[in-house]
Amino acid sequence: MTANKRYFRRLSGYYAWFCVCFAGFLLALTVLEKEGMPRLWIGHLFMFATIVLYATIGVVSRTSNVTEYYVAGRRVPALFNGMATAADWISAASFISLAGGLYLYGFDALAYIMGWTGGYCLVALLIAPYLRKFGQYTIPDYLAARYGGGAGGRGGPVRALAVGATIIVSFVYVVAQIYAVGLIASRFTGVDFSVGIFLGLASILVCSFLGGMRGITWTQVAQYIIILVAFLIPTMWLSAKHADNPLPQVAYGSVLPKLAQREAQLAADPREEAVRAQFRRQADDYAARLAALPGSWEGGRLEAQRRLDAARLRNASLGDVRNAERALAAYPKTVDDAEALWRAQRARLLTRAQPPQPHAAPFPGATEAESNARRNNFLALVFCLMFGTAALPHILMRSYTTPSVHAARGSVFWTLFFILLIYLSIPALAVLAKYDIYTSLVGSDFRSLPTWISYWANVDKVNPLISITDINGDGLVQLAEIAIDGDVLVLATSEIGGLPYVISGLVAAGGLAAALSTADGLLLAISNALSHDVYYKIVDPGASTQKRVTISKLLLLAVAFIAAYAASQKPADILSLVGAAFSLAASTLFAPLVLGVFWKRANHAGAIAGMIAGFLTCLYYMLRTNPILGGRMDAAWFDIAPMSAGIFGVPVGIAAVVIASLLTAPPSRASDGMVDYIRAPE
Amino acid sequence: MPPESTPQESEQRRQRRLLAERALHWRRTRRLTAILLGLWLVTGFCTVYFARELAQITIFGWPLSFYMAAQGASLVCLAIIGFYAWRMRQLDAAYAQALEHSA
Repeated sequence: MTANKRYFRRLSGYYAWFCVCFAGFLLALTVLEKEGMPRLWIGHLFMFATIVLYATIGVVSRTSNVTEYYVAGRRVPALFNGMATAADWISAASFISLAGGLYLYGFDALAYIMGWTGGYCLVALLIAPYLRKFGQYTIPDYLAARYGGGAGGRGGPVRALAVGATIIVSFVYVVAQIYAVGLIASRFTGVDFSVGIFLGLASILVCSFLGGMRGITWTQVAQYIIILVAFLIPTMWLSAKHADNPLPQVAYGSVLPKLAQREAQLAADPREEAVRAQFRRQADDYAARLAALPGSWEGGRLEAQRRLDAARLRNASLGDVRNAERALAAYPKTVDDAEALWRAQRARLLTRAQPPQPHAAPFPGATEAESNARRNNFLALVFCLMFGTAALPHILMRSYTTPSVHAARGSVFWTLFFILLIYLSIPALAVLAKYDIYTSLVGSDFRSLPTWISYWANVDKVNPLISITDINGDGLVQLAEIAIDGDVLVLATSEIGGLPYVISGLVAAGGLAAALSTADGLLLAISNALSHDVYYKIVDPGASTQKRVTISKLLLLAVAFIAAYAASQKPADILSLVGAAFSLAASTLFAPLVLGVFWKRANHAGAIAGMIAGFLTCLYYMLRTNPILGGRMDAAWFDIAPMSAGIFGVPVGIAAVVIASLLTAPPSRASDGMVDYIRAPE
Repeated sequence: MPPESTPQESEQRRQRRLLAERALHWRRTRRLTAILLGLWLVTGFCTVYFARELAQITIFGWPLSFYMAAQGASLVCLAIIGFYAWRMRQLDAAYAQALEHSA
């Protein structure tokens, strides 16, 4: 006990030093910026300094011991384990996109806040302490030991299925993280997107390759501190500015009524209405063209060709000819392309023609049925995110790294505590930034737009993060004239609030830390599943410990490169599939994990049936309804969105475990004994 | 019945005692888990299902449903997990003590 305490004190000392150095670094950069250091340098310095920091921690905690490599020696104190898990949990999506989502969708986006925090109740009460008591290395380990079966009763088939689920879920997720690393690096340092990806990859690899779980745990603690500071400084600043109270979580309650008032004002403003009417007219134009297909496609193509010819004939300026050429080249190639493109354009215009929806109003809808559908979707999404959280292998894996079952319970508490420090301020940031934009940007003169707008509008030329055009030509900014991508909100908060550029660099470093820490954990989950579960447990059970760690490191390298390659292809669709990862994880793994502890009668056949039935139900529903995967929303059951397929997958998975278990012979006495063992206190 | 039990018998009694204590501990754990999960379910479900009705009530500027979804439900979860960890520590201690007494 005293050894543990000494260890805890020593760790606290290290991280206290780290905080002091970090504060010093920030101060130094602030001074340097005042002295006129260029922006780009600050961006570079932040990138470079943080990546060197992570690499150093990785090198310091390098290891080739199996227990250290897989579960950090099982001696990470609850507080630090909670911090590391929180960093593991807060992905690029939470750090960068969630506040933007709240800004854009208001109450609806709170489903993420509720789902991503509520799931920890399930982790703490149903899974974590039992996994710790079991005390092996991976999630498939536990399932295979509990359910047995297969050749020699070693649980081969269950293990293989669990490994499959782990890999599918984690891979989709890790590609999205690496994609985010590429985006942040390219936006802040001006390097190419693919170069950004490989820079990030290098730092991921140094710490997880050398140190395994031990390396990433200590890196993630440092990353959590950076994430926290990066998120809180700009939010507190905005809060002090608009609510005279630097505690955003408490203060934004007073801003909400002011925001609601402003929204009502803008919804009734005649100038706003004029801009919206213009969007409606453009949308009607597309509707007319869609109705006249295929004739309108032919006509449009001829028109574009005629314009090009005319420009050439009258010897128009080179620029005009280029524009006409470009318009012709961009014209849809087939009638089907035209239909898809015009439909999308029309939908986009119609959304922009909508008056602003009240931020805090739950489930607004024209009819009762529409409103109910939104409520049901909210419930379904919360359900999937909660159960998905309780089935994500890279989070559950963390239960193994604590010194005792008590510490495992405490660790989940600290995890949620540290997550909430950030998650409770995300809705605050969204409300404060929205109020700022609605009051100071809307209504201002086009000639005096703040500089951050032109900066962020030019960062990504293809899909501008923010664009403001004077649509009704009155020289004033209307709300309807602002097209904003949610991601810009966090990245530009410090500039919106008028803070120095150092804080922008800090925010970027925070976003990078969020993406890297999650990617670390996921890569380790995948490579452990491959090396420990596939190689050691199935292919070569006689492998020496040295060989196991080496194989694991090589696999980590391979998986990292495959993931980076996948991310460098810029798969736009994969980002939307991340939400699907939660549904898949919940449908496949939740039932066998929980019933394994709480229902002794669950057996090998039940586990296999549950995993397969849950996975297939979830997949079937997504294929049926997700337009990206070739489905149609018309085919949806109860109007549930494809992302929330887990609401069908989880019950089917549980039912399949129960039915298949009851139809087959009860599990062996060994499995009974194991359940008794993991239920018993230490 | 002889006043001195054989080592075998005392071993058996110890085993029975251990099993009984384990069963008691597990019953208590299960009850605690069920109660706390019920609380979790009610908080989450009511927050969403009755959000439109709760939006009429305002506390410190927040409509109640917005506050619950943004902070309240998550804080309740944190409290549930904290209480569970504390209570389980007590139950584990009670179990260890009961075994010591019997030994």
